[in-house]
Formats: sequence, C-alpha cells, structure tokens
Amino acid sequence: MNAMPPLQKQRKLSLKERYAHLTRGLGWETTYQPMDKVFPYISYEGIKIHDWEAWEDPFRLTMDAYWKYQAEKERKLYAVIESFAQNNGHLNVTDARYINALKLFLTGVSPLEYSAHRGYAHVGRHFVGAGPRIACQMQAIDELRHAQTQIHTMSHYNKFFDGLHDPRHMHDRVWYLSVPKSFFEDACSAGPFEFLTAISFSFEYVLTNLLFVPFMSGAAYNGDMATVTFGFSAQSDEARHMTLGLEIIKFLLEQDEANVPIVQKWIDKWFWRGYRLLGLVSMMMDYMLPKRIMSWAEAWEMYFEQAGDALFEDLSRYGIRKPKYHEVASKEKHRLSHEVWSIFYNYTHAAAFHTWLPSEEEMKWLSAKYPDTFDKHYRPRFKCWSEMQAEGKRFYNGTLPQLCVTCQIPMGFTEPDDPTTICFRSTEYKGERYHFCSDGCKDIFCDEPEKYVQSWLPVHQIYQGNCGGAEVKDVLAWYHLNFGADNFDYEGSPDQKLWDEWQSQKSANPV
Amino acid sequence: MTIEIKTASIQPRRHTYANVARRIGADKPASRYDESMFDLQATGAFHYRPTWAPEYDLFDAKRTAIVLEDWHVLRDPRQFYYGTYTIARSRMMEAAEKAFAYAERRGHLSGLAEGWAGVVQHYLLPLRHYEWGANMNNCSITDIGFGSAITEAAMFATMDRLGIAQVISRIGLLLDGGTGSSLTAAKTTWMTNPSWQGLRHAMEDLFVAPDWFEVFVAQNLVMDGLIYPLVYRAFDDAGQSQGGGAISPLTEFMLDWYDETSRWVDAVIAAAAKESPANAIHLSRWASTWATRVRDALQPLAQDVLGDAAGGVLDALVADLATRSRKIGLEA
Amino acid sequence: MAKVSITLQNTDEARSIVDAILADNPAAEVSRMPALTKIDCEGRLSVRRESVEAQLGRRYDLQELQLSLISLAGNVEEDDDSFTLAWAPAAQPANA
Repeated sequence: MNAMPPLQKQRKLSLKERYAHLTRGLGWETTYQPMDKVFPYISYEGIKIHDWEAWEDPFRLTMDAYWKYQAEKERKLYAVIESFAQNNGHLNVTDARYINALKLFLTGVSPLEYSAHRGYAHVGRHFVGAGPRIACQMQAIDELRHAQTQIHTMSHYNKFFDGLHDPRHMHDRVWYLSVPKSFFEDACSAGPFEFLTAISFSFEYVLTNLLFVPFMSGAAYNGDMATVTFGFSAQSDEARHMTLGLEIIKFLLEQDEANVPIVQKWIDKWFWRGYRLLGLVSMMMDYMLPKRIMSWAEAWEMYFEQAGDALFEDLSRYGIRKPKYHEVASKEKHRLSHEVWSIFYNYTHAAAFHTWLPSEEEMKWLSAKYPDTFDKHYRPRFKCWSEMQAEGKRFYNGTLPQLCVTCQIPMGFTEPDDPTTICFRSTEYKGERYHFCSDGCKDIFCDEPEKYVQSWLPVHQIYQGNCGGAEVKDVLAWYHLNFGADNFDYEGSPDQKLWDEWQSQKSANPV
Repeated sequence: MTIEIKTASIQPRRHTYANVARRIGADKPASRYDESMFDLQATGAFHYRPTWAPEYDLFDAKRTAIVLEDWHVLRDPRQFYYGTYTIARSRMMEAAEKAFAYAERRGHLSGLAEGWAGVVQHYLLPLRHYEWGANMNNCSITDIGFGSAITEAAMFATMDRLGIAQVISRIGLLLDGGTGSSLTAAKTTWMTNPSWQGLRHAMEDLFVAPDWFEVFVAQNLVMDGLIYPLVYRAFDDAGQSQGGGAISPLTEFMLDWYDETSRWVDAVIAAAAKESPANAIHLSRWASTWATRVRDALQPLAQDVLGDAAGGVLDALVADLATRSRKIGLEA
Repeated sequence: MAKVSITLQNTDEARSIVDAILADNPAAEVSRMPALTKIDCEGRLSVRRESVEAQLGRRYDLQELQLSLISLAGNVEEDDDSFTLAWAPAAQPANA
C-alpha cells in the first residue's frame, strides 16, 4: 500500500466548498468505459455543454437535511390526514359538487406526479454533471412523495364519493385523461434537455401557479382541509423545483449561443402544450368550485401576464423572447373556461365526474368576471340547456368528438379573433390528414410529425374497437366507470343524494 | 344502500381503491403501503416511444430477461412509502449526528493512531465514489425498471447511497481538519491506485450493462454483499487495536442500513427466482459471475488492510454470500 | 424594475421570518391572506439569518426555510448568512 502523502495545512472550507465536496466531487470521468457510453443521451438533442462545473446549486441540501426536513413535513401531514379521516372531514366541504374537482385531480394530475418521478429519475441518471443530477434525483423522490401523499389524502374521499376508485386504470384509458397523459409522456419520451425545459422550466416555473393555486386555494375556500394541508406541504418542495427550473434554463443558455434557438423552440412548444392542458383548470376555477377564488382570466393575468413579464424580461438578455402564441392565450382568457365546460357538459355521460348548469347566482358572477363574452356567447347556451333539462331532456351529445392530434382535447376551441367560429387547422403527412385545435398545436405536430402520428387517440381507439366494444356502455365498462354513479349530471347523482342526507342528518334529532 | 348516522358515524361506501381491492382480493381496509404502491406505473396505451430508446415503450418489461406475471410481487418487506422511509432515515441520522457532533466538537478523532488514520483514508474514503456509482446504478433501475414496487424502493436506495457517500465524506473532513484535502486525495486513489482499479472497472462496466435486473443483483446483492461486511466489519475489527474504535460510531449508519436494506434485496430476488426456473437461472448466473469478479477486485484492498488474513476473510465472505444466495433460491 | 417575491405559510415560526424580512428590506410590500403571507419587493430581497435568529430567539439554519416556504420568484443566491432573491443580471452572456 502506498504511504499517504502528509496532509498539508490548509484553511477550512467555506460551506459552499464543503457542499461541493459532498456532491459534485463524488462523480468522476470514467476510463474503463467511455463517457459517451456511460452517458449516451447527452448530445443527440444538439445542446452543447462545455463545462458541467458551471452549474450552480441554489439549495445546498445534503441528504441528512433532506431526510430531517422531509420527515418533519410528513409527520405533520399524516397527523392531519388521520385527523381528517377520524372526524369525517369530508362533510365539511362547501358542497359535494366540489368533490368533482378532486376527481379530476386524482385521475388527471396525481398520475403525472408519478410520471415526473420516473422522468426525473431518468435525467437524474443521464445528466453528466453530478450537481444537476443530484438536484434531479431529489426532485424524482419529491415527485414520488407527491404521488403517494395525494393517493393517501384522497383515500378518505374515495370511501364516500364516486369517481375516485380507479385512478391509474382511468388515466390510461378515459378520453379526457389522455390530455394530461400525453402531455407528460411527450416530455418523458423527449431527450433530457427537452424534458427539463418542458417540466422544470415551462411547467414548474412558468405555469406552476396556474395549476397549484387554483386547486389548493380552491380546497381552502371550499373547506377541504386534507387537500389544503397536502398542498402546503408539497409547496415547499415546489420552491426547490421552481429554482431548478430557472437554474437549468440559465445554465443551458449560458453554455453556448447555439443552445438559444433550440431552447426557444422548446419554450414555445411547452408553453402551448402546458396552456392547453390548463384548460381543464380554467373550467375547474370558473365552474366547479362552489366558492370561487378568482376567475381564470384573473389568474392568467396575475400568474402569466404579469409574472411572465418579469421573467421574460430577465431572460431577454440571453436572446429569449416570450413564447409563441402567448397573445392567443391572452385573447382566449375570456372564453377558455366556458368552452371547456361546455365540452364536458356535452359528454358527461362518458365522464367519471359530474357536470351541472351554473345557477343564476353563479351566472351573475360569470357575467361580472367576463363582461365582454359571457352574456353574449355562453349564457344563451346554458339557457337552452336549462330548458331542455327542465323538460327531462338533459342534453348529452350522441356522437364522439374529433380530437386535436397534439393536445388531444375535443376541438371545441374558437378562432382567436372570432368566438363564433370553431378553430380548425389541418395538415397532410404521408398521405394522411391530421386535425388540430389551433396554430400552436399544428406547429408542434409539424415540427415532429413522426412523434405525434404515434398518439393513442381515445376516440380513434374506440372506433377501432380497442376500447371494450361498439356501444358506449361497453366502453364505459372498459374504463371501469361505474355507470349511473360516476357519470351523468350532478342532479340526481348518488353523490348528491348522499350529500343531502348527510347534511340534513348533521344536526337532526330523530325521535 | 342505507346511510345511518349514529353518533356521527357514517359507513363508508367502499374501503379502498378498486385496483387495490383487486390486488388484495377484497374491498377491505388497505395499508398505506398497498394503496400507494399498486398500479402507480402505467403499463399500456403509451403515446410516444422514447426518442432515447425507440425500440422500447416508455415503461417496458422487455428491458430485462426476468419475466414476471405480476411485477407487484417484488414487494418491499419494509413496506416503505415516502413517509415511513424519510422518518426511518431521519431517525438513523439523528444517531449518526450525535457521533459526528462528539467528534466534531473535539476537532479530531481521539485515540486513532496516525498510521491507522492513513489506512482508513485508503480503504474508506474512496468508497464515497463507490457509493456514488451505486447511486447511479439504483437511479438507473428507478429509470428503466418495471413496475412501481421495485422502482420506488430503488428510488429510496438511490438517495440512501448519496447519503452514505456524504457520511463517508464527512469522516474525511474530520480526518483532514475540514480542509477537504483527504477527499481530493481519495479521488486520486479511486482513479489511480492499483488496489482500487478492479472495483472501479467493475462499477463502470455496470454503468453500461443493459439488463437492469442484472445491475440490481450485481450492485445490491453481490457488491454490497461483499464490500459492506468486508469494510464495516472486517476492516473495522482490524482497526480496533489501532484506535479505530473512534471511527466505528461514525459508520454504524452503514451497518444498520445494510442490515435493513438486505431484507429488501433478498425479498426481491427471492420473489423473482421463485416465479420460474428461467428467472432463477438468470439470477444465479449473474450472482455467481459477479461474485467471482468482485472477489478478485477486492483482493488487493483486503491485502492492504488485513495482510495475510485477507484471503481467508474474503473466502469466508464469499461463502456467506453463497449461503445467502441459496436461501433466496439461487444456485451456486 | 421587476419585483421578486417570497410566499410563506402562516405558521408561528414563519411569522418571525416575515418580521425579519420586513425589517431588513424597506421596499418590501406584504400581502396577508388566509394561510399564507406574500412579500413582494422591487429588485432584490434578502432573508438574513441573524435577523431571523433575533426574532425567533434561537439559532436558525437558513435551510429550515424549507419548512415554511410556499413559493418564490427571482434568481436564488444562498450562503451561510443570507438567502437572497434578485432579478438583477449576474451571469455572463453565452460564448460561441
């Protein structure tokens, strides 16, 4: 054994240097296997990294601190979950209609937390720099935390309400759930740099408040203590995730000028895909919360238009501009929620959550929040549907909708400058015609047609006979949807009947 | 169905999620582990093939030679979900912190003979890179493994290895007065010292091994199965007469971790081996091939620390590993 | 100039952090809402460990912010004594 060289007298390390030894210092340049075999995915996207050491670790979290703080959060969270269950906390929500927001969350969003967990594990293995890899690994385990705590939080609701019983099964099959599923699989099937731009930056930094604030504030406003507690507990993880998002984008842009146009293209793509996904949130905010927090338009103004200004101002020094079609999103903000809710109103017989018509009071709120569009374009249809419902002919659409190939939402959106005309785009590729809801979705397809032609489009799949059979009932059974319980209008649903019974018995004293 | 409210008690309409009820055989109250483990991972209707591996689906059981009817049989006997995992680790760290605080307050490791300090730096500190390699391997399993059962436990193992690498690094900082010089030297040792090259070579070969279950066996059963008892028991024992007892409390964490994690490793391999002779053959072959290679790789290091006793100690460890392997259904 | 912001839970401990921030950052504007407190500030905002310790009456590790943090906006700069958010450009532009 070689004698150890005598240890030189050196100064003590600063905390930053100490942290570097505990993280990036652990990696090494492999010699028995070439580095590009150990890290095979690092150059095929065209991104150039000259110096992985330039990565800055914003939160110097070593594993001892991680375990300590996260354990403390978990103890607090589970104490609340237990207490909620013991005290039948589900009885304290404003109204059982609120639970439908949770159904959408558990089947649509919670599975994305799991996808994120696996996606960050992928990047956590395949990035070359040890520093960013550790940040990604921490996010990977955080996302697993979110997936598991959401399942645990919602478990109590599943015991009492419909539509929550088979989230994974539904996420992988039900028509509207292919919207979030395809969104995240698009990111996970991309290369590591695109994945981080898509999720860490576009989703977790730019758009995150538009997902989290509505759901979590919606929970707070509507008496859902369990979800609020989960939300706050998860948010402190999100602060770390947001920071990773901003760090990664700056790192890519600073490493090489050639990265700028590639990153810009991804920012454009993922802004649009993320925005379309958030259409589900817009309807949740404006139509599904008995006690509303703010309108979708207000949320978009606050969390994208204003917050985005500061962010993109900061990024302009790298040559990055605001995402393409952001002005379309701004034009749509007075229409989006109404159009999306209408789509779901059409197809509630095939959905695992209820819809309903807004009350007079609710329409008054919608009128006030949307003075230029609601009364003109949307109140009339609600009036018409209301009359049909009063006659016992509640409207359900008897044909299947055409889906946009990219975002997979039924094509119910209108032209940016004309709310009376459906927005309809198409292109031909290798002899087939493909249809899109917007220029944004069409551009995404045209840039990577070989990717999007692979889409598992729920309506096409139903027509091809891959979804349980030729009748709606067969398809719903294949979805594991409990017919007559999960679907149809909130009016007359088991959820409503039970809710009314529970509420009336709360302070009743039967003789 | 009737709902009766007596003293504010309301009967639930179902006891657990439908998929959990299918898995556990009935709609009855389920454990938190079960509710947050079953069916977390998608198994079909994928939209796009990964551009980084277009011959596979996003999650693909074909990425390993192991075949299972239901990948959920790879249950974690510890039943860790995120909450119980972090709480367990924070408790383990609390104990370790006390040991570190004691040593750090004094500013040195009292009683450790200067000669043995050098030995410790040679055999222990480079392991922080071994742990980093183990982190990468378990991260790869989390990435391309199949089914939520094994991948979530692999995620926990991934972070554990980083944690252990950091514990080892902190021991180095105690040894070099907080200057970091011992860690810089340890990296040079890992990269260039002949005693370590066999292990580093094996580690780098694992980085590019295509079958993630082979990586699981090689890393978590064989490598750890030989290195942990060698370093944290045999080497530690050898150091006792040289004041090495000063180091022992600082490495308790590793021993506790190894004992606990071995239960998981054994259960996973046993479940896969039990399912079919074909699985058992793959697993056995991987275990025995890697055991031979790792034993040879460890010979020079063991020699450095244990002198002539090295051969006997390694033979005993290999025999223990063989016994352990037989218990979980593998053939020699 | 663009504003940075930090949002904290309304817990006992976080209240001390909020007080420390407001004391150290004269341009800070505070919005108190149910369950959370949002602080906006022109340009930059610093959380100083010493100030938080003075408010809390005990030693404080800035990493404990993890337990109280809900959201933030701005580039993060962190050392042993302070946690700073800023939009001011700090980096070099990309090299060819």
